[in-house]
Parts: sequence; structure tokens; C-alpha cells
Amino acid sequence: MYKVSNARMLVDKIYTMDVEAPRVVAHCQPGQFVIIKVDEQGERIPLTICDYDRTKGTVTLVYQTVGTTTFKLSELKDGDELCDITGPLGRPSDLIDTPIEDLKKMNILFVAGGVGAAPVYPQAKWLKEHGVDCDVILGSKTKDLLIMEKKLAEVSNLYVTTDDGSYGFNGMVTAQLEDLVENQGKKYDLCVAIGPMIMMKFTALTTKKYGIKTVVSMNPIMVDGTGMCGGCRLHVGDEVKFACVDGPEFDGHLINFDEAMKRSQMYKTLEGRALLKLQEGDTHHGGCGECGEDA
Amino acid sequence: MDNMKKVPVREQDPKVRATNFDEVCYGYNKEEAMAEAERCLHCKNAKCMGGCPVSINIPDFIQAVKEGDFEKAYHIIGEDSSLPAICGRVCPQETQCEQLCIKGIKGEAVSIGKLERFVADWALEHDIKPATAKEKNGKRVAVIGSGPSGLTCAGDLAKMGYDVTVFEALHKYGGVLVYGIPEFRLPKDKVVAKEVKKVEELGVKFEKNVIVGKSLTVDQLMYDEGFDAVFIGSGAGLPMFMGIPGESANGCFSANEYLTRNNLMKAFREDYDTPIIAGKKVAVVGGGNVAMDAARTALRLGAEVHIVYRRSETELPARAEEVEHAKQEGIDFQLLTNPVEILTNDEDHVVGIRCIRMELGEPDDSGRRRPVPIEGSEFDIDVDTVIMALGTTPNPLIPSTTEGLEMNRKKCIVADDFTGLTSKEGVFAGGDAVTGAATVILAMGAGKTAAKGIDEYLSNK
Ligand SMILES: Cc1cc2nc3c(=O)[nH]c(=O)nc-3n(C[C@H](O)[C@H](O)[C@H](O)COP(=O)(O)OP(=O)(O)OC[C@H]3O[C@@H](n4cnc5c(N)ncnc54)[C@H](O)[C@@H]3O)c2cc1C
Ligand SMILES: Cc1cc2nc3c(=O)[nH]c(=O)nc-3n(C[C@H](O)[C@H](O)[C@H](O)COP(=O)(O)OP(=O)(O)OC[C@H]3O[C@@H](n4cnc5c(N)ncnc54)[C@H](O)[C@@H]3O)c2cc1C
Ligand code: SF4
Ligand code: SF4
Ligand code: FES
Repeated sequence: MYKVSNARMLVDKIYTMDVEAPRVVAHCQPGQFVIIKVDEQGERIPLTICDYDRTKGTVTLVYQTVGTTTFKLSELKDGDELCDITGPLGRPSDLIDTPIEDLKKMNILFVAGGVGAAPVYPQAKWLKEHGVDCDVILGSKTKDLLIMEKKLAEVSNLYVTTDDGSYGFNGMVTAQLEDLVENQGKKYDLCVAIGPMIMMKFTALTTKKYGIKTVVSMNPIMVDGTGMCGGCRLHVGDEVKFACVDGPEFDGHLINFDEAMKRSQMYKTLEGRALLKLQEGDTHHGGCGECGEDA
Repeated sequence: MDNMKKVPVREQDPKVRATNFDEVCYGYNKEEAMAEAERCLHCKNAKCMGGCPVSINIPDFIQAVKEGDFEKAYHIIGEDSSLPAICGRVCPQETQCEQLCIKGIKGEAVSIGKLERFVADWALEHDIKPATAKEKNGKRVAVIGSGPSGLTCAGDLAKMGYDVTVFEALHKYGGVLVYGIPEFRLPKDKVVAKEVKKVEELGVKFEKNVIVGKSLTVDQLMYDEGFDAVFIGSGAGLPMFMGIPGESANGCFSANEYLTRNNLMKAFREDYDTPIIAGKKVAVVGGGNVAMDAARTALRLGAEVHIVYRRSETELPARAEEVEHAKQEGIDFQLLTNPVEILTNDEDHVVGIRCIRMELGEPDDSGRRRPVPIEGSEFDIDVDTVIMALGTTPNPLIPSTTEGLEMNRKKCIVADDFTGLTSKEGVFAGGDAVTGAATVILAMGAGKTAAKGIDEYLSNK
């Protein structure tokens, strides 16, 4: 069960793999995610379903190595197995439930930052399959870190931008967005932004200026993914929501990003140490004099 | 020995156990069990049985212990309970069987729970198998959830000859027994895993990582996968929060998250990846078993721990033994106290909890005297971690994806007391999903009832 195939690095620190998960594939929709556990001692982590093949029974994951689990994942080779994968979790994207006729009348923009390009893909692809056009802004720090360019170009009008101007438009995704609206006469009814929290925050601020309804995909820390632990809770307006069951997509203009960003830092030191231990063995401990007592 | 007193049970020294996750209570050995059994009067009209939700034949099993025939004792218990090693450890005996024991009038009740545990542990050690399954009858039942209700329902149905598959959302089987109740009260490998294995040995199939309502629906189980009946034992897993300021701060957790990280994900062990913020000074809000478990877990992870509970000691809903153990281990109880705000610093991390003192007023709906705040009595406790253990409600995932499944006002699934049948044909339910958060033995009892209900339903179909 849960066999890995097509495992490879896309660009520095960003990897992809397909995982055999017939129960997940049978009913998954764009916008949903899975929770995986690499081995018996591993942590449960959420990853978006970036593509799926119902006949082969596989889901495609795209992930960035940030800590212990994603690092362990990146070491798996074709034929290896994941210990656990469960899903599909979360609510599908609202687009799926919107009548196609209405979607065809809408001008839809996706803003994808960094590894966020991967979760944007299944939504854009789904729209394409249903005859709906969309624009995608794909941004990364620099040309070498760009992913999914070709795939996204097949299913959307793609605008590529890099922060350092090494490729495509020169500037952050928000600058590209401003350029499209202010200089190229684009009008949007809906913006879906997926990427680092900070990017989603500023995209939402920008779209607010233009009065564009905005959806963001939140990625708080999760444990079970079924509403049982409350670890994924966040404020949407005045309400407390659980991202794993009520989301992960929410109204970007109602999210309290500052709170969410602070929450996602909660385990930073602990996890940083765990990763160092994995990469450097026990030699790290006692070596640097930095860690001292637990934070 | 004083016949009016229980044979004392050996426990780990409080100072030592406060620093480890090994089981607190060692249980009786053979001699101690037989001595304790001698205290039972083998009453004709045994009052104790009326206090046991599944009416275990207590006098007879204790008689067998007296005679040293532990296998016989095990089979007597087995007629009514499928998880004796678990119930013997976690049942609130003092308010159930032992409360009604005749010996309790003049002295101390017979230690029924400890005797049950002894018999069950002995059977586990000697690998005594429960009664085996009948020939398969070709009918298939899906059981959702592997907590005590699901395990019991599955085991009983398998014994009747049904082909049963248990679907579990998490990656381990046991429900609250694995993710909620800590190792030091209920050992996972030594007890829970073995009980699950026994159910497996009856021919029950288990599939993990399947979330009914997400991976597939109840209707799909019946129509696409061909199950003739479904039992829902999905528990009451949704944590409640108070809605006070600061609850979203870093360092504030639900007891479910704190306990899951530690029990299911084994954060307390170096060789597991899951991190936990143990806290140096911890406040646990609540007074039930969940609160005691969270508090004693935090203590073992090295914290100074305060329990904040709004009523008085007599109303503490936790098992008396757990409260006693918590006190011995050095946990501070702030009773008649209610939090009003969680204090945070610039980084949005918990730095304290502001509480108000309470006094008991008129009785409320539950018959307990309602706590009312004493104006102007606010004070702060200096803590870096707050754990909310305020209770849980059933997860709406299954009812909201199953057409025709009736829920009540409290989001519990409506099911018949005598058969477990819900408002939907072929669908049965029991345990916390029906009653709201309750006890292991009640969930087990509901699983048994539903197994009978399902058998009747499928026999007549
Ligand atoms: C619904 C959802 C979908 C996601 N989809 C993807 C995806 O498709 N691809 C992908 O690369 N990542 C995705 N993530 C983020 C991913 O889950 C985290 O990167 C992962 O948990 C890190 O695990 P780790 O053990 O490697 O790192 P850890 O050791 O757990 O953490 C390393 C660092 O990352 C921070 N961190 C941990 N979890 C998160 C998180 N959820 N969000 C932000 N920072 C975090 C920690 O504070 C720490 O500083 C998603 C998260 C959610 C909630
Ligand atoms: C910390 C804690 C301490 C406790 N201490 C005691 C005690 O000392 N004594 C006592 O008698 N009781 C105690 N209880 C209560 C007792 O554990 C519960 O009443 C009992 O476990 C309920 O059993 P259940 O089978 O109904 O549900 P659970 O044990 O909750 O099991 C439900 C299972 O269903 C799974 N599930 C849920 N939804 C789905 C889905 N959609 N698809 C598939 N699977 C699903 C869950 O993952 C879980 O494994 C305690 C509870 C907690 C939380
Ligand atoms: S199952 Fe619980 S209530 Fe019944 S006899 Fe055993 S300990 Fe007592
Ligand atoms: S009431 Fe007490 S003394 Fe009588 S049979 Fe039950 S346990 Fe034994
Ligand atoms: S991940 Fe536990 S409630 Fe959402």
C-alpha cells in the first residue's frame, strides 16, 4: 500500500512524487489535501493534492523541504512506501460547486507563489476541463526556483514573475497583479491566492484595494485533520474556524494573517533542532551552544 | 488483615512516577487478588451487579478468583465484557459497581475493578483466547471507528459469524484508548494493542486511514462496497473552547491536541518526530478525566501544573483515583476558580491566565450547585502554557454526509437504546457518538447492544 513512484526533485528544495492511495483518489477534488506519515516514528503532516489519476489510483504531491518530515520524504525513491496517507481532507474549492455557466461569466485570477503553484494547478486544470478560462500569476524568488511553468501554461493564461527579475516580469506577485489591473485593463471577479502566508497577506491587501473577492488557502499546523485537535484553528472575521474541516480555503479579506503567521512559528525552534539532529546525527547536540534549554 | 479494608494495591512511588510514563498502578498479584477475593460475600442478590453498566456476574467471577481458577473467572467476565483489562483500569468503579457493594456500608467495598484487571491481565499473559467465532454466515458489516464501542461491536459480530471490517480515521486502532488516555494509566502495547489483536484474531479486518464522510460515505459503504449493515462508533472528538480572549495564542492547546501529540504521536519519546511544547508552568482548565490526564502528562514532561476548575472538589467529574493520584504527584488544584482571560506577550505567546474566584449558588439543570463569580476577586497565575479540557462533542462529519441520519440538539446521533438502530435503515450507532462524551464501559455496552441489534436485523432480512 501507499507505494511511491515518479519521485524526483523539481528545483532546489522542491520535490514531487506520486503515491498510490486508492481510497483518497476515488473521491478527491481540487482544493483538498492529504495527511501523510513517512514512517512509524514520523509526524503527521498535511500536503495538498496537486494532481490525481483515478485510473492509476495515485495522487501527486509537491512539497518543499522545510523540516524533518519533508526531508525524510525527499529521500524516498520509487518503489518505497509511505507508512500512512489519509484523505481527501478539507472542503473542495468553492469553484467546484459553482455552476459552470456562472464560472464562464467570471474573470478568475490565481496567484501562485513558490510551492503554492502546485495546489493552484489542479484548480486551473479543472476549470480548463470544464471550458472555463483563467489567468494565473506564477511568482518565485528567482528563475531557478520556478516550478510548474509548463503545466500551468497548458491550462491558463500564464503571467510569470520573479522577485529579482531574472525571468518574466520583474517584481513580486503583487506588483504583477497591480500591473495587470492598472496598466493592462484587466478586471477580475475572483482571486485565488495560494503560497506563503506573507504572500497571501499582501495579495489580499492588494485585491482589497481593487474590490476583488479573494480566496486564500491557509496552511496552519495540523495533527489529525478531522476537527479533533483544534490545533489548526484560526480567526476568520470574529469566528474561530478549524482549517482542516472548515477550510483550507477562506475569505482572504477576513483572515487574521498576523495571528496565523505567529501560530505557524510555534514549533520553529523545536523542529529546527529535530531536523539538525536528523541531518547531522547526535553530533549537533552540545556542539553549537545556541540551543540551551527548550524554548 | 482488616477484613473491612481493601487489600492495598502496589503503586509506583509518586516522586518517581512524576518523571516517567510507566504505569502508575502495578495491580494485584495472585496472592493479593485471592486475598481480596476472600472479602467478597458472594451475595445472592448481588447489589454490585446493578452498578455495572454491562451487569458482569461479579460474585461468580470473584468466586472463581477465590478458588484460583482465573481462566474460569476470565470466561465469566467475558460473557458480558470484551475489554476487561481496559475497564478494570479506567472504569469509575467508585460510582458504579463498587459504590453498591454491600461491604462498602460498614467498611471499604470489594476492589472489583482491581480484581477484574488482575483476571484480564492474567489472561493476556497466559494468552487465553476468547470464545472463537462461529462459521461465517456470509453477511458483511462495516464498523466505523475503533474505539471501545467499535471494537466491541466488531468482536461480538465476528463471534456470531459476520464478516466485519473496521474503518479507522487515524493510523492506530483504539480511539480514545490510544490518543486520549495516557500510557501511565493504560499501557498501549501491553494492553490496548493486545485487546485489538484479540478482535483481529476473531477474524475482524481492520483498515486504517479511512475517514468516513471524506474518504467515502456511509451510503457508499452500503451500496458500492456491499456492506449489509453499518455501525457508527465515531466517538465525541470535537474539542470545546471557552471563547475568552487569548485562546488563539501560542501555548494554548486543546487537551485533545496536547494528549494526541503525546499519546498517539509519542512526542514524549526521543525517537519520535512529533514536537510538543511541554511548558514549564501549565494551567489545565477543567476537572474531568481529560483534565487530570493532561495535567499529569504535563507534570511528567517536567512542568509545574495548576488545575483550574470552576466548581468545588465534590463536583470534580474525574475518577476519584485519578484526582488522588494527581494530588500525590504534586498538582496544584485551584478550585472554585474560572479563567476570564489568557494573558499574552508581544509575540502572542501565553504568559499567564487571569482567573476569578467562584462560589456555589443555586442548583442548576444538572442538579449541581451553579458556580457564580465573586466580583472583584480576579487574580493572575503565572503560566506559559494553557490546556483547555472543557469537554468534547461528536464530530458532525458523518451525520452531515449521510442523508436520513437524525441528529439531536447536541449533535449526537439519535439511536434506539435497545438495538442501536438509527433513523436510517441498516445503520446503527453507539458510544460517545450517541451519548456525548461518556465512559469506556458505556461505549462498550452500546457496542454489544448494537451487535445484537444488527444480528436481529440481518437475521430477519
Ligand atoms: C492544508 C495544507 C496543505 C499544505 N500543502 C502543502 C504542499 O502542497 N506542499 C508543501 O510543501 N507544503 C504544504 N503544506 C505545508 C506543510 O504541511 C509543511 O511544510 C510541513 O508540515 C512541514 O513539515 P516538516 O516536518 O518537514 O517540517 P517541520 O519540522 O514540521 O517544520 C519546519 C518549519 O516549518 C514550519 N511549519 C510547520 N508546519 C507548517 C505549516 N503547516 N505551515 C507553515 N509552516 C509550517 C515550522 O514552524 C518550522 O519552522 C500544507 C499545509 C497545510 C495545512
Ligand atoms: C483523555 C480522556 C480520558 C478518559 N478517561 C476515561 C476513564 O478514565 N474512564 C472512562 O470510562 N472513560 C474515560 N474517557 C472516556 C472514554 O474514553 C470514551 O467515553 C470512550 O472512549 C468512547 O468510546 P467510543 O467507542 O464511543 O469512541 P472513541 O473512543 O472516541 O473512538 C472513536 C473512534 O472513531 C474514529 N472516528 C471518528 N470519526 C471517524 C470517521 N469519520 N471515520 C472513521 N473513523 C472515525 C476515531 O478516530 C476514534 O478512533 C476518557 C476520555 C478522554 C478523552
Ligand atoms: S466493567 Fe466497570 S463497572 Fe463493571 S464490574 Fe468492571 S469495573 Fe465495575
Ligand atoms: S456486593 Fe460486594 S460483597 Fe456482594 S457480591 Fe458484590 S462484590 Fe461481593
Ligand atoms: S488538524 Fe486537528 S482540528 Fe484541524
